[in-house]
Amino acid sequence: MTLSALVFTIFSFGSIGLFSWKMKSIIAQIKLGKAISRSDRKAERWKTMLLVAFGQKKMFTRPFVAILHFIFYVAFVITQIELIEVFIDGFSGGHRYFFHAGLGNFYVLVISAIELLSILTFIATLIFFARRNIIKLPRFTMAELKGWPRNDANLILLFELLLIGFIFLMNSADEARLNILSNDSYSFAVSQFIGPLLADSLGNLDTLEVLSKIGWWGHLIMVFIFLNYLPYSKHLHILFAFPNTYFSNLDAKGKFSNMESVENEVKLMLDPNADPYAAPAKDAAPQRFGAKDVQDLTWKQLLEAYSCTECGRCSSVCPANQTGKLLSPRKIMMDTRDRLSEVGNNKMNLEDGKSLLGDYITPEELWACTSCNACVQECPVNIDPLSIIVDLRRFLVMEESKIPSELTGMLTNIENNGAPWQFSPADRMKWTEEN
Amino acid sequence: MNLQVPTMAEMMASGETPDVLFWVGCSGSFDDRAKKITKAIAKILTHCKVKFAVLGTEESCTGDPARRAGNEFTFQMQAQMNIQVLNGYEVKRIVTGCPHCFNTLKNEYPELGGNYEVLHHTQLIQDLINTGKLALEGGTAFKGKKITFHDPCYLGRANEVYEAPRALIEKLDGELVEMKRCKTNGLCCGAGGAQMFKEAEKGNKEINIERTEDVLAANAQIVATGCPFCNTMMTDGVKNFNKEAEIQVLDVAELIAQAADL
Repeated sequence: MTLSALVFTIFSFGSIGLFSWKMKSIIAQIKLGKAISRSDRKAERWKTMLLVAFGQKKMFTRPFVAILHFIFYVAFVITQIELIEVFIDGFSGGHRYFFHAGLGNFYVLVISAIELLSILTFIATLIFFARRNIIKLPRFTMAELKGWPRNDANLILLFELLLIGFIFLMNSADEARLNILSNDSYSFAVSQFIGPLLADSLGNLDTLEVLSKIGWWGHLIMVFIFLNYLPYSKHLHILFAFPNTYFSNLDAKGKFSNMESVENEVKLMLDPNADPYAAPAKDAAPQRFGAKDVQDLTWKQLLEAYSCTECGRCSSVCPANQTGKLLSPRKIMMDTRDRLSEVGNNKMNLEDGKSLLGDYITPEELWACTSCNACVQECPVNIDPLSIIVDLRRFLVMEESKIPSELTGMLTNIENNGAPWQFSPADRMKWTEEN
Repeated sequence: MNLQVPTMAEMMASGETPDVLFWVGCSGSFDDRAKKITKAIAKILTHCKVKFAVLGTEESCTGDPARRAGNEFTFQMQAQMNIQVLNGYEVKRIVTGCPHCFNTLKNEYPELGGNYEVLHHTQLIQDLINTGKLALEGGTAFKGKKITFHDPCYLGRANEVYEAPRALIEKLDGELVEMKRCKTNGLCCGAGGAQMFKEAEKGNKEINIERTEDVLAANAQIVATGCPFCNTMMTDGVKNFNKEAEIQVLDVAELIAQAADL
């Protein structure tokens, strides 16, 4: 085994191992969530995943950015073909295995596609940089993006540029070498033009070989960095978008989750034949009503927190956010993820005196929500911030009796006279007599 | 004119079964503005000889605002009591005057044992027109008027009913114009999620003002909606801009009743 193959092997096993270890921790964190069944209606689930994650259907409500994002996505997927070759070359110590394996024109076609997509991705990356840092779109400058989230977004764009640079460096150096050796070309779409220029200006086979190696290792190292950066970044969505859309809520958006424990309790109250002294059924009462911390949410809600790309479409359409209220649905998701990873980093210790509600999310944010579902409708990966808002409200109201006083009045009215206002039920037919 | 609206109890006493139960809703029963919408719906049903009844004094809040305010106990009490009443009368089909009642009855009652075919009033009226039971010929009530439809969240996004109200407006002699935010992108009026019953949280603008600006930009003379709460919010919004002389806020049922000269 050559030295380079040895280094490569250590590198790849190391980084894949590190990635797996971190992902195991994230999956364990998600499993802290409560059970919820999302295994029904399989055909519909596959269809949703294909359309929303694979086909990026919901992105296209904003076509310009959808096209840019789609370029990234296609480029990313197709570049993985080259990555397979990189791995084969890495283990074997060879170079361009597929080319020498006689794939000929097809190989040139694939590499050319990668190069053309890389050029488009380069342009898209610059536009994305500009949107965040020069144009400063409102949804990229909201309070919750200050600090790390903003750097995270820029860092990924920088990785992208480096990766593209290394790909072109390797391809162009190889083109230059072939040009010098046999006045020939691989005919790669873009680098066949850069190669001869490089050959003319450097003209030295050894230097070109070093450049090609820098390109190859650079590409590889960027892939390993990217892989291990993913679990800490909003870019985890490139993996989690798929399970997240598969496990989407398929019911009408207006349907709120049913609290079975409360349903059963009320059923007993209303049942004249119920035995008031009967021992409560096993698991009849939950530990708490609603959600105070991450373990009170379902695993799906926690998966959503890790799937969030922090794009902020949810907040940009939120009526509360647009009118200056404190609520930002994106922040709800980011807070949930931050709290969950805090618990994960703390060896799953939930008794650290902190909680999602209170330390991360305030009641004022929760009470600004109109439950209009605009955020749910807008999310490109079918995240449902509203369900978390509702579960946190339930805890505030049912466990802590912390509720705006006007709402207490509304609830009392419903209980006393069956309407949210103080009207007598006897007057329900009055409208038929009035002109 | 007094409307002759039978209750379920009266119908049962005379051995009759209505084809549809008209679930009026709290707003439609008690709010002076919403009562007019209720009457318009009742007039349309009566005119089309739909055999319908109401629960009258037996109707109670569906529990929607309680559940959205986070109080599941009150919701469950209301829902389970209502289901007992509805199942007691063997109700099969319900039409509601309010998208919130519509959503709760349609989506949240089934898992508690209440299974009904639930329609929003715009869906039933569309059906009446499509089956030839209601004709709007000859009316010129809205000639030359621009009518825009404000999608109630609980009708639109929550239940994906976007076409029925628009199909009805298109039957009128006015012109349907869309606001820049409509259908799936429709902006909330600010009343949902129990906000109707509380002060808005601190911000720099009221949501209904933001929404009324969309109406002004669309240059509409009539804001049609299908929800008594949206109606209240939009009416307040229009007043805020002192535009009540130029812009009317009406329920789709009221537009249809006017056009049919009921």
